[in-house]
Amino acid sequence: MSTQPATATTSPDEPLGISLSIDEEAKHSVIGEVPAEAVMDTYHLNVFYGDFHAVHDVNLQFGKNEITAMIGPSGCGKSTVLRCLNRMNDLIPGARVEGAINYHGQNIYAKGIDPIAVRQHIGMVFQKPNPFPKSIYDNIAYGPRVIGMKVDSMDDLVEGALRDAALWDEVKDKLKQSAFGLSGGQQQRLCIARTIATKPDVILMDEPCSALDPIATSKVEDLMMQLRKDYTIIVVTHNMQQAARVSDRTAFFTAKPDETTGNRTGLLVEFDLTKRLFSNPEDKRTEDYISGRFG
Amino acid sequence: MSAASAVAAQVVTSTLASGRSKDRDLRSILFLGALWLSLFFGVIVLVALIVDTAIKGSGRFDKELVTNYASIIFPETTGFKAGIFGSIWLMVCTAILAIPLGVMAATYLEEFADTNRWWNRVIEINLQNLAAVPSIVYGLLAVAVVAIVGFDEKGVLIGGAVALALLILPVIIITTREAIRAVPQDIRQASYGLGATTWQTTWRQVLPSAVPGIATGTILGLSRAIGEAAPLIIVGLGVSVLSVPEPGIAGLSDSATSLPNQIYNLANQSRPELATAASAAIILLLVMILGMNAIAILIRNKFTRSW
Repeated sequence: MSTQPATATTSPDEPLGISLSIDEEAKHSVIGEVPAEAVMDTYHLNVFYGDFHAVHDVNLQFGKNEITAMIGPSGCGKSTVLRCLNRMNDLIPGARVEGAINYHGQNIYAKGIDPIAVRQHIGMVFQKPNPFPKSIYDNIAYGPRVIGMKVDSMDDLVEGALRDAALWDEVKDKLKQSAFGLSGGQQQRLCIARTIATKPDVILMDEPCSALDPIATSKVEDLMMQLRKDYTIIVVTHNMQQAARVSDRTAFFTAKPDETTGNRTGLLVEFDLTKRLFSNPEDKRTEDYISGRFG
Repeated sequence: MSAASAVAAQVVTSTLASGRSKDRDLRSILFLGALWLSLFFGVIVLVALIVDTAIKGSGRFDKELVTNYASIIFPETTGFKAGIFGSIWLMVCTAILAIPLGVMAATYLEEFADTNRWWNRVIEINLQNLAAVPSIVYGLLAVAVVAIVGFDEKGVLIGGAVALALLILPVIIITTREAIRAVPQDIRQASYGLGATTWQTTWRQVLPSAVPGIATGTILGLSRAIGEAAPLIIVGLGVSVLSVPEPGIAGLSDSATSLPNQIYNLANQSRPELATAASAAIILLLVMILGMNAIAILIRNKFTRSW
């Protein structure tokens, strides 16, 4: 974009005194209409892996009972941001977060916050279906068991979770069979059922359909629309059509290479209602991406 | 057929379908021959050794070989009861000592240790080295351990078990770590994502998934231990014994010997009947080791999971 040499800047809006060799124009992000009632928000979120600056200054708000999609080219930091939202990044050695992520006003990176408790409120569904090598029943019951949930009847809870995930009719006769016997799409819906069995508040989905065929994908998308009534969903996707189909709001990220090291730092470009972002993007980079000119 | 295509066909015949293979030129054949020779050298020596031993011992594959104690007065019916039961006992005690320690140490190193810390790296390097320490050194170490624990007298079962447990501990730790590492990261992430603790994830997901690998490694370790004689000589289990350790805890302080040690003692004797019995016992020991390895393979095949 800009041909002028990178300069280390410390502008007034620079958070926490971090200085970067990313030019001002690239750092600018368009924030459109934000949700009225946000369950979570990120405040000047910066993520580092060792010395590598993975994500720069992300400010997002995730609306209650909305689906928020995060899109962008590979390496733009969208999955990194998602993994910070329930502190799964803690598992990566060298990962470091600056800024804040607030969940109902509480910074989940504050001192004294237990990441395990955070994950009980903010569940996660992964890219590749990853059922446990156990029966379908035990896959669902595992979460409530490990977090010590008080349940009157585990059978009812398992049935409820499978019904909510629109999987009950397909598996009700083989609850004791291995989850590996299910198809990829069924496995992914099982993973969603497993997540909602622990009654989280927010569900994070990291490219939940990228390993699925179109029919299985549309089932998962239908399920996401269903779940939106009860949960707040944040989904990372490579698939722009998917974001356009299911989400209420979309955040578009891009990657900006550092001109000295070549490391790509993720930036938030535009955040708005999905309808507006896809039909009338404000930022040139968003427009280029959604019209297929790059990425 | 045009002239050009006729030429092309001739080229094909002379190169692709020449009837010769480039893999069959002199150098390739010489190299292949050298490979075969190396293979046969190892296998033939081993087969010759086993067949020779089996023929020598063929007169003594009888019931007395298992049910009688060693006897120089009746060399034709001498038996290896003390050695066989001693070895079985040693294996049980070694397994009880080594498996929990080894599996827990490996679990710590894989799931809990921060590999950026220098002391964890030192431990790792030393574990690799420990696997290469001569077995007799473990015998000396076991003498010290047993003396500290309070068994002054030499030649007791627990001393031998400690020596063998120390010997196979590095093997168990290394194979268990590999088994734990083979459990996909996806499984751990799924568990953490549901709000499970590291302990719950390790205990309920990682270790159950690693059981086939752990069992295989452990049995291979034990089958190494059952063939050991040197460390047992150091702790005093090399002498001739005419009893079997009592079942239960009391047996730990009973004197015992092992099958390899009993074979070693008989091999020095001049009476031909005793040499025959020793040969038969060698085959018996081989069968025991093969049996253990077979169990390891069975476990691996039965429980191996494709992810």
